[in-house]
Amino acid sequence: MTLTLPQQSKPPSLQPTGWLRYLSFSVDHKVIGLQYLVCGFAFYLIGGALAGAIRTELTSPVADFMPRDVYNQVLTLHGTIMIFLWIVPVVNGAFGNYLIPFYVGARDMAFPRLNAVAFWLIPPAGLLLITSYFITGAAQSGWTAYPPLSLTTPASGQIIWILSVLLLGGSSIFGGINFIATILKMRRPGLKLMQLPMYCWAMLGTSILVVLSTPVLAGTLILLSFDIVAHTGFFNPGMGGNVVVYQHLFWFYSHPAVYIMVLPAFGLVSEILPIHCRKPLFGYTTMVYSIMAIVVLGLVVWAHHMFTSGTPPWMRLFFTIATAFIAVPTGIKFFNWIATLWGGKISLNSAILFSCGFIVNFVLGGITGVALAQVPFDVHVHDTYFVVAHFHYIVYGGSVFVIFASVYHWFPKVTGRMLDENLGRFHFLLTFIGFNLCFAPQHWLGLNGMPRRVAEYDPQFAFVNQISSVGALLMAISTLPFLWNVFASARSGEIAGDNPWRALTPEWLTTSPPPVENWAGEPPLVTHPYGYGIPADQIDLKDASGSDLWSNGR
Amino acid sequence: MILVLGGLWIGQNINLLPVGASVNAPIYDELFRVLFSIGTILFVGIVGLVVFSLVRFRRKPGQIGDGIALEGNLPLEIFWTAVPAIVVLFVGLFSYDIYERMGGMVPLAHGGHGDSQATEERVWGGIGTAGAMQAGSEMAVLPLPVEVTAMQFAFLFHYPEGDIISGELHVPSGRPISLKMEAKDVIHAFWVPEFRLKQDIIPGQPTLLNFTPTRPGRYPVVCAELCGPYHGGMRSTVVVESADDYDAWFQANRKLPVSEA
Amino acid sequence: MTSLSPQDQAVEIQEHHEESHPDHRMFGLATFLVADAMTFAGFFAAYLTFKAVNPLLPGAVYELELPLPTLNTILLLVSSATFHRAGVNLRRSDMQRCRRWLLLTAILGLAFLVSQMVEYFTLPFGLTDNLYASTFYALTGFHGLHVTLGALMILIVWWQCRTPEGRVTADNHFPLEAAELYWHFVDGIWVVLFVILYLI
Ligand code: HEA
Ligand code: HEA
Ligand code: CUA
Ligand SMILES: [Cu+2]
Repeated sequence: MTLTLPQQSKPPSLQPTGWLRYLSFSVDHKVIGLQYLVCGFAFYLIGGALAGAIRTELTSPVADFMPRDVYNQVLTLHGTIMIFLWIVPVVNGAFGNYLIPFYVGARDMAFPRLNAVAFWLIPPAGLLLITSYFITGAAQSGWTAYPPLSLTTPASGQIIWILSVLLLGGSSIFGGINFIATILKMRRPGLKLMQLPMYCWAMLGTSILVVLSTPVLAGTLILLSFDIVAHTGFFNPGMGGNVVVYQHLFWFYSHPAVYIMVLPAFGLVSEILPIHCRKPLFGYTTMVYSIMAIVVLGLVVWAHHMFTSGTPPWMRLFFTIATAFIAVPTGIKFFNWIATLWGGKISLNSAILFSCGFIVNFVLGGITGVALAQVPFDVHVHDTYFVVAHFHYIVYGGSVFVIFASVYHWFPKVTGRMLDENLGRFHFLLTFIGFNLCFAPQHWLGLNGMPRRVAEYDPQFAFVNQISSVGALLMAISTLPFLWNVFASARSGEIAGDNPWRALTPEWLTTSPPPVENWAGEPPLVTHPYGYGIPADQIDLKDASGSDLWSNGR
Repeated sequence: MILVLGGLWIGQNINLLPVGASVNAPIYDELFRVLFSIGTILFVGIVGLVVFSLVRFRRKPGQIGDGIALEGNLPLEIFWTAVPAIVVLFVGLFSYDIYERMGGMVPLAHGGHGDSQATEERVWGGIGTAGAMQAGSEMAVLPLPVEVTAMQFAFLFHYPEGDIISGELHVPSGRPISLKMEAKDVIHAFWVPEFRLKQDIIPGQPTLLNFTPTRPGRYPVVCAELCGPYHGGMRSTVVVESADDYDAWFQANRKLPVSEA
Repeated sequence: MTSLSPQDQAVEIQEHHEESHPDHRMFGLATFLVADAMTFAGFFAAYLTFKAVNPLLPGAVYELELPLPTLNTILLLVSSATFHRAGVNLRRSDMQRCRRWLLLTAILGLAFLVSQMVEYFTLPFGLTDNLYASTFYALTGFHGLHVTLGALMILIVWWQCRTPEGRVTADNHFPLEAAELYWHFVDGIWVVLFVILYLI
C-alpha cells in the first residue's frame, strides 16, 4: 500500500484546491461539512448578538433599548437563525457530511452534487432573512409565525421569512435524502447495519424525521403565504379560516424538529464518550432501538405545544401520555452513557467536559420537558419564561454543548493540530457557569408570571432578569477563548498525528487531515467501532458489576 | 435513600410559586410539588453519578491503559427502562387526576351559557372548575357568566347580567366564574398566574375558562400569546372581593335590572 | 491469539474494493417522493379538518360536478398504463415502440391538464371565495403543478430517446424510469385526491 492516491481515483477536476475550495461548489463531503460548520458558526454569532440585544432590553422592565416592534423582529430572527441556520445545519449538515461517509466506508456521499446544492441553499436563505431586517423590517410574529398575527404584521418581512425557511427546509430535505441513501446504500461490502457507529443511526433516525415532517412545514408555509399574498382564508378567521389548523401543521414539523436538533447530538456524544473513556459504548443495541423509538414517538406528540389552544380534552390526554413516554427511550440513552463513563479511564479533556455538561444540562431540560408535558402544569407555564428556560437548557445546554465537544474532538482530524486544552477547559467553565446563570433563573420567572416574548415586564422581575443578562454576557465572553483557540491552534497548534485519541472509528484510520477520497488505499472494515477496553476475563469484574452502579445512584 | 428523602423534602418545602388564589391553585401546587420532588431526585441522582464517575474514574497522570470492556448488562438495562416507564406512568395518571379535579376533562360541547343561548354554539376548549358545571346546574350557585373580549391590546369584560362593560375583572370570592372568551383580531391568552390558569383567546373560536377565586386581592391578568408590539403591555387586573364588595360594585355599575334566575 | 490488541481485532483491512458504486438515484427519488407525499398529506389533513370543523357560510358550493374529474381519473390511470408499456419496450430495447408509448402518455397528461383547466373555468367559485374554494384550488393546483412537471419530464425523455445517441438508450434506463416512477406517484396522489375531494 502506497501513500499516493489510487490510480482509479477521479481525474483532476476544475475545482479549486487551496482554501478557495471552501468558497466553491465543491462536491467533496469533507469540504461541504466544513462549509456547513463555518457558515453555521457565523450565523451563531449573529444569532448570539441578537440574543445579546434581547438580554440588554430585558435588563430593565420598560422597553427602552429598542422599539417594541423591533424587539419582536429581533426575537423572531434570533429563534429562526438559531434553529434553522445554526443547530439544524451544524448537527446534521456539518458533522453528518464530514463523518457519515467515513463511518460507512465510502469515499463520498451518495449524491455529492445534491449535497453541494443543499449547502448552497443556506447562505442565500440566511442572507435573505437578515437583510430583510435592514430593508423592509423582518418578520415579527415569532419563529412560530402563528396566524392571524403573521397575516396582520407587515407582509414583506413575513414573506421573506417564509421564503427563507422554505429554502432552508428544502436544503434539509435534500440533506436528509442524501444521508438515508448513504447510510443504507453506500456501506462498504461486509459492513453490517448493526456494526455502524452510533452517529449513523442517529442520522438515519433524524433523516427519517426530516423527510417525513419538513414537507408538511413547507406545505403549511405555502398556504400561509397564499393567505398573505393572494388573500385566501386558510388561516384567516375573518374569512372562515381556522387558526388552530396552522398550529397543528406547524408543530407536526416543529416538534420533530427538536429531535432533528438533538438526535444527531446524541449520536455525536455516543462517539466521543467511548474514545475518551477507553470503554465500549454501553448498550449498543438498546441505543439503536431507543433512537428508533424516539423517531416514532416524536411524530405523534406535537399537540403538547397547544394545550391552551382549545384542543379537545381527549387530545390533550393522548398527547400528554405520548410526550411523557419519550422520557423512556431518552432515559435509556442517558443511563447508557453513564454506564459508559462508569469504570472507564476518563481523560478529563474539553471534549469530555462539554459532553458531560451536555448530560447534566439536558437532563434538567428533559425533566422540565416532562413536567411541561403534563396538561395541568403546562396550563400555568405555557408561553412563559419557564418554557424559554426549558428549551434553552436543551438546545443550548444540549446541542450547542455537543457542538463544542465535537469541535474539540474532531479538530485534530480536520486540521492535523490539537486545540489548546487549558483554553478549552476555561471555555467550558465560562460557558457552563454563564449558561446556568442565564437560564436557571428563568424557570422562576416563568412560574411567577413573566410571559415570554415581551419587551416590558412587571418591575418585580427586574432583578432576576438582570442576573440572567449577566449570564448571557458571560456566555458571550466565553466565545472569545474558543475563537482564539481555534484560530491560533489551526496555525500553530501542537501537531496531532493521525490518531491522537487512539480511536477505532474509521475516520481516524487515515491521515489527518484526510486525503480527498478519504483513504489512500482500501476503506478499512471496522466491525467493532467501540472495541476498546480490557476484555472482561482479564480484570476483576467485582467493582464493575451492575448492582453497585445503581445502588449508588438511588 | 438520602437522595429520595432529600428530594422529597426539597420538593415539599421549597416554594417557587406565587400565592395561590383560586380553587385549583392548591390542586396545581400539589402536582407541582410531586413533579418537583421527582425531578430533583432524578436530577441530583444523575448529576451525582456523572460527577462521581468523572472523579472516580478519571485518568490519573501516567495511566495509559483502557477501561473495562463492559458493553451490556441485561437486568440493569431492563431496570433503567422500567423505572422511568413507571415514573412516567405514575406522573401521567397523577396529572390526569389533577386535571380532572381542575375541571379540564369536563365536556365542553355545551358551554357554561347553555341556558341563556338557544342556538348551540360550538365552544372550542378550556377548563371547567372542579365540579362547578355540575354543581351549577344542580345546586343554587350558578356560575357567574362573564364575556371576555380580547383585542390589540386590551381585555374587555362584559357582564351579561348587568350589562356592565369593564376593563378590570371584578369577581366575588368563592363563586364559580365562567368566562366565555373571544378575540377580535389575533390570538391572545388570558392568564392569571395566581389562579394557575391560562387559556388562549382565539379569533373565530370562542373558548371557555371556569374557575373559582378564593383569596381576595388584586391579581394581574396577563396576555400570554404574542399578539403584536404591545403584547408585553397587554395586562389587566382581576379584583377578587368578598361577595358584599362585589355586590356593591355590581350595583354601582349595572345598566340592566337583573332577572333573578 | 491473545497477543492481538483489541485494535487489531477490530480493524481488518479487506482486499476487495468496488470502485464505481451502484446507482442509487432511484432510491433517492423514491425517498424524495415520500417527502413529497407528506406535503400532500399535510394538505389533505388540513382540508379534512377544515371540512370537519369549519361550517361553511350559506351559499358556499359543496357539490362538485363529477363527469369531468372522472374523465380526468381515467386519463391519468390510462397514462400510467401507457407509460408502463413504454418502460417495458425500453427494456426490450424497442426504442421505436417506447417512443410511441411515451408520446401517447404525454398527450394523455396534457389532456388531463386541459380538462383540469376546463373544470377551473366552469367552476362557480374562485380562489378567495371561501375556505372550501381556497383549499380546493390549493390541492388541485399543487397536484396540477406536479402533472405539469411530469408532462415536461416525459417530453424531455421522449426527446432524449429519439436517436440512438440520445441520453436515454437501451443501456441507460434511468431518466425514463425516474419519470415513470414519478408519474405513477402523481397518479396515485390523484386517486387519493379524487376520493377525498370529490367523492366524500
Ligand atoms: C432540541 C430541542 C428539544 C428537545 C430535545 C425537547 C425535548 C422535550 N420537550 Fe421541549 N421544547 C423545545 C425544544 C426541545 N424539547 C422548544 C424549542 C420548545 C418551545 C417552542 C416554542 O414554543 O417556541 C419546547 C417546548 C416544549 C413543550 C411546550 C411547552 C409550552 O409551550 O407550553 C413541551 C410540553 O410538553 C415540551 C416537552 C418536551 C419533552 C417531554 C421532551 C423530551 O424529549 C425530554 C426527554 C428527556 C428526559 C426526560 C431526560 C432524560 C431522561 C431520563 C434521565 C430518564 C428519567 C426521567 C424521567 C422518568 C422523567 N417541550
Ligand atoms: C436553537 C438554539 C438557540 C440558542 C443557541 C439560543 C441562545 C440564546 N438565547 Fe435563545 N431562543 C431560541 C433558540 C436559541 N437561543 C428560540 C427558538 C427562541 C424563541 C423565539 C421566539 O419566541 O419566537 C429563543 C428566545 C430567547 C429568549 C426569549 C425572548 C422572548 O421570549 O422575549 C431569550 C431571552 O433571554 C433568549 C436568550 C438567549 C441567549 C442569552 C442565548 C445565548 O446562549 C447566546 C450565546 C451566544 C452569544 C452571546 C454569541 C457571542 C458572540 C458575540 C456576541 C459576538 C458578536 C457578534 C458579532 C460581531 C456578529 N432566547
Ligand atoms: Cu394580547 Cu399578547
Ligand atoms: Cu415539542
